[in-house]
Amino acid sequence: MGNLRLILPGIWLSVLVVAAVFAPWLAPHDPLAQDLFLGRMPPVWVAGAEPGYWLGTDSLGRDVLSRMMFAGRIALVVAVVAGTCACLVGATLGVLAGFLRGWVDMVISRLVDIWMAFPPVLFAILLVAVLGPGLWTIVIAVVVIDWTRFARVVRAEAMAQGAMDYVASAQVAGRTRGATMMAEILPNVAPTILVLLTLEMGIAVIVEAILSFVNLSISTDDPTWGGMIAEGRTSIHQAGGCWCSRWQRFS
Amino acid sequence: MALIRAILSRLAGTAVTLIGVAVIVFVVIRVVPGNPIAMMLPPGATEDDIARLTARYGFDKSIPEQFVIWAQGVFQGDFGTSITARQPVLDLVLGRLPATLELSLLALAIAVTAGGTMAVLGTLWRGTPAEGAVDVAAGMSLSVPDFLWGLVLILLFGVIWPVFQISGRVSPALDLPFTTNFYLIESVLRLRFDITRDLLAHMILPSLALAIPLAAIIAQLLKQSLKEVMHLDYATLARTKGYSETHVILREALPNAILPTLTLVGVQFTFLIGGTVIIERLFSYEGLGNMAIDAVINRDLPLIQGIVILFAVLFTAVNLMVDLTYAALNPRLRHG
Repeated sequence: MGNLRLILPGIWLSVLVVAAVFAPWLAPHDPLAQDLFLGRMPPVWVAGAEPGYWLGTDSLGRDVLSRMMFAGRIALVVAVVAGTCACLVGATLGVLAGFLRGWVDMVISRLVDIWMAFPPVLFAILLVAVLGPGLWTIVIAVVVIDWTRFARVVRAEAMAQGAMDYVASAQVAGRTRGATMMAEILPNVAPTILVLLTLEMGIAVIVEAILSFVNLSISTDDPTWGGMIAEGRTSIHQAGGCWCSRWQRFS
Repeated sequence: MALIRAILSRLAGTAVTLIGVAVIVFVVIRVVPGNPIAMMLPPGATEDDIARLTARYGFDKSIPEQFVIWAQGVFQGDFGTSITARQPVLDLVLGRLPATLELSLLALAIAVTAGGTMAVLGTLWRGTPAEGAVDVAAGMSLSVPDFLWGLVLILLFGVIWPVFQISGRVSPALDLPFTTNFYLIESVLRLRFDITRDLLAHMILPSLALAIPLAAIIAQLLKQSLKEVMHLDYATLARTKGYSETHVILREALPNAILPTLTLVGVQFTFLIGGTVIIERLFSYEGLGNMAIDAVINRDLPLIQGIVILFAVLFTAVNLMVDLTYAALNPRLRHG
């Protein structure tokens, strides 16, 4: 049971990653190619489907499967790059605040407090409006809104570790504070940071989806999961097909 | 005495946070490329017209100067005038606040009820497969964020089995004889249950989307705390006295186990309020969040500022209440 719970999501994740990375070779159609005669086709298991379009087409006759695979590339880049950057910024500040204490801690904690008072989604949307749409804007927005998640937890963890005997003994042994921080504190908070990082990657994908959903991310032609959801939603409201939304769920 | 001093220092901290938010949002939205005034005028407007209107909204001055003028206004209850709606920001924002508050509180009520029930049932059934089912349900609900729950709910109850409304706050055909914008509360008070039903049909899906992840968190934490105290002596004593297992959980264990959950609910409630921004957009619900996104798209600087600050006030107010409740409930802090 425990094994199955680990293996099944693992396989699914690998499929998604492979599909995204090798999208240009695997995708059955050009994700941008429109065919107005084939608009809003249902997936293959529904009567009236067009052969070759496994998951059907969207309102402009673009292949949904191919678009999903290409959109996965953007989600993947955002997850890895934004997650890692937010982790670097947040964890560094967190370790500094938690270990050095004093005025460094005061300044960083106050900044975190101010950040936590912003509604995160609204903050991200504001940033994208300021920086202009684009992939790197999303990455920056994710880093700017989510570094606090790392800073808070890592600070608490570094404080707890800093009170341990082995830290005191390292100090007594004549290590400088900087060396203690690198050699003693950092390895001991690393597991916490790693767990947060995996969570953060998931969050980054959602933020990307939300930003594309409100139409503020990549140029509108390039496929993103959020953009496809938005399009599927419009179609629902027009009483049309809902294949986009339905498929998004499984991603 | 110590408590009063703690409260005062906490209030001072809150003030610093709010000023920080005001400064950051003020600067961030003013480096946006594109003149908001030029966007609101028709294409034929002359340079002179643009300059005059820019001056009227004060956008020709430097950012620190603008901030001082704006801050002076805030202290007199004037948050500026919205560029797109041409109405006072304060009126617009306060007009939308009740919609968002009702949605958030309904979601909170659902989350606490559902999460609490799951925790109690899971404790009652501990050691059976039913407990495993509760754990799996909570784990799954937790791993999907509110935004995706919104989509799932739209698909399930708006498209496949259309029993609820998926867009708006109230049916436009209804005549609303209300004096406040707290429609849900006022419809109950005025005994207009037909309107209450219509409002709930609109609000149930967005509030569920917000509530499901929180309910899962509550279920997990409360169940954990309950399990810990169920082994303690007073629970065993109550059991030997002949009380039923349900009675032991609800009367003996719950009051002792609830403190960590209360703190967590407070913190998570601010996340829930933040989540309304995108959920309101998803369900075209006419609340603050939806207005905020429109304001960003239209570059309505005074309005963005007002909304962000109102959200910040909401967040800090909730946090403050959590801290005070915690101090009131926890004797160690009260005397500390």
